[in-house]
Amino acid sequence: MIVRISGEDQYRLADSDAERVQGLESALAAVVEGGREDRFDDALRALLDYVRTHGSPVADDELEGSDLILPPSDVTFEEASREFTGEGLIPD
Amino acid sequence: MAGLTGRMSTVVKAKVSKLLDRAEDPAETLDYSYQKQVEQLQNVKKGIADVVTAKKRLQMQETSLQQSVVKLDTQARQALSAGNEDLARTALERKNVAQTELQGLDTQVGELEDQQQKLTDSEQKLRAKIEAFRTKKEVIKAQYSAAEAQVRISEAATGVGEQMADVGLAMQRAVDKTENMKARADAVSELEAAGTFDDITALGAGEDDIDRQLKQLSSQPAVDNELAKMKGELGDGDAAQIAAGAAEAPAPEQAPPAGEGQEASESGAT
Repeated sequence: MIVRISGEDQYRLADSDAERVQGLESALAAVVEGGREDRFDDALRALLDYVRTHGSPVADDELEGSDLILPPSDVTFEEASREFTGEGLIPD
Repeated sequence: MAGLTGRMSTVVKAKVSKLLDRAEDPAETLDYSYQKQVEQLQNVKKGIADVVTAKKRLQMQETSLQQSVVKLDTQARQALSAGNEDLARTALERKNVAQTELQGLDTQVGELEDQQQKLTDSEQKLRAKIEAFRTKKEVIKAQYSAAEAQVRISEAATGVGEQMADVGLAMQRAVDKTENMKARADAVSELEAAGTFDDITALGAGEDDIDRQLKQLSSQPAVDNELAKMKGELGDGDAAQIAAGAAEAPAPEQAPPAGEGQEASESGAT
């Protein structure tokens, strides 16, 4: 699978890693939905670090769509929370 | 984080499908798409230039504030040496406000540098993707029938479209941050325009509006501490003098028995 960390790189991960990535992503979503700001940094870092260490960067000249797009590493809890309430991070 | 993932993918897919909707002629679609990508690349360059401009403005303010800090510190020392503690305090209040603003500017210059670096990295990645797209579009034009081309275009456009959306996000965040910086730079300019960091020797005797505002802005404990410290430093000179004076001065007083008698007799003699 191909995962993009927004503002960073696209990473190619083995299919066997997909479940773990989904698990970490769900954990992060739960932290945000539960308003647990104190756990946000750790949950985000765990997810992004997993992708960075288990994936290999997709070459800049490869044109591939991602299966998953993760927020930038400097996303704030506030921005992430807004995302869930619909205002969104991505400009139109 | 289904929200973010979903939304970004949706934005990219919507843009690609809009592109394909108008794709009566694949060659035309590819060229149009490429043209849009090059335009986006120009926007990113402009975005980087905006960040650099904002950063330069803050850096110029930093230089000016640093000069004010040095000047006000010197003036506080001079005022204290001359025994004018009120004036020294005023100078230190101004210095304190200038230092606080300086710290804020420092942090923000750092943040803008981060933004500049991120945008520069994004621009390089986007440029590489666009270059790959340019090569691919010529291959697609030359090798595929219209029906096949549709699929290939979709793939290539998604790859580069996602990078464009990502750069768009980075730009948006940089613009937000730059706007915040502008607000701070404006605030510092206002303080400067109000004469906050001006030469205190230009001040009249009375306390003016600026000083009343400064008292509120500056941290009084910090000013008190600095004043005390400055007194101590200057005092090494002054204190030595005072100590020397004290050593001499009490001497006559300590000798009143003899002195008094002498003085009495002298005054008596006159």
